[in-house]
Amino acid sequence: MSTSTVSLNDQAQQRRSFILVVCCTIIGAAAQVLIKMGASALGPSPTMVQTAMAMLLNPALFAGYSLYGISTILLVLALRHGQLSLLYPVFAMTYVWVTILSVVVFHESMNPYKLAGIAVIVGGIAVLGKGPST
Amino acid sequence: MNNTPWSSVAWVLGASFFGSFGALFLKIGAGKLGRSIASVATNWRLMLGVAFYLFSSVLFVLGVRKGELSVLYPMVSLGSVWTLFWSRLVLGEPLTRPKFIALGMILCGIALLGLGTR
Repeated sequence: MSTSTVSLNDQAQQRRSFILVVCCTIIGAAAQVLIKMGASALGPSPTMVQTAMAMLLNPALFAGYSLYGISTILLVLALRHGQLSLLYPVFAMTYVWVTILSVVVFHESMNPYKLAGIAVIVGGIAVLGKGPST
Repeated sequence: MNNTPWSSVAWVLGASFFGSFGALFLKIGAGKLGRSIASVATNWRLMLGVAFYLFSSVLFVLGVRKGELSVLYPMVSLGSVWTLFWSRLVLGEPLTRPKFIALGMILCGIALLGLGTR
């Protein structure tokens, strides 16, 4: 009885972590779009100091990095209870969202090289989560 | 036609390099953390880690000013490759087979993105 309760709690915990990471990927991808928007609006050749100031003063950049911060906190919360090997492949969904948003929002073109590159990186990140097991 | 200038690629890969030091110093700092808030505020390794992350963000913003987000964002994953090296060299963590395979896949992916943006 007690063991089955524990495993149920475990399952609920895993599901909660999974949902947290999915939220993290969506917010993280939105952050990248805002950062790109803010960065594109910077002057022709900003210095590093001007860029750092813009991260605080440019609304799109500030919003982007705020969302990035939130997504990082969600990931940390998820990793506290979830299994890294299960959550890392989910985390790699960020790349998929960023690709879709790049095409939809910025009208970037796609070609087989780019799609293959993104797919291989997503696979690599997923494998990375496999950690110490040989 | 070149959609993403090489200068943007260089900025973003530079950002990934310095960002990996952020991860390294956060890890070293977190290992020396006490229970109190003060031990967070006075931990210079954590502060250095945060500083590396901030510097890396500035480089990333300079990089994505031009070029395509769909190419530049995935290139940040090179940071994981640097982090694997520092984990091995500085922290003495074993470089296991899955990590080695992941490293190769990320490098191949970045090379493919480079081909795709030309």
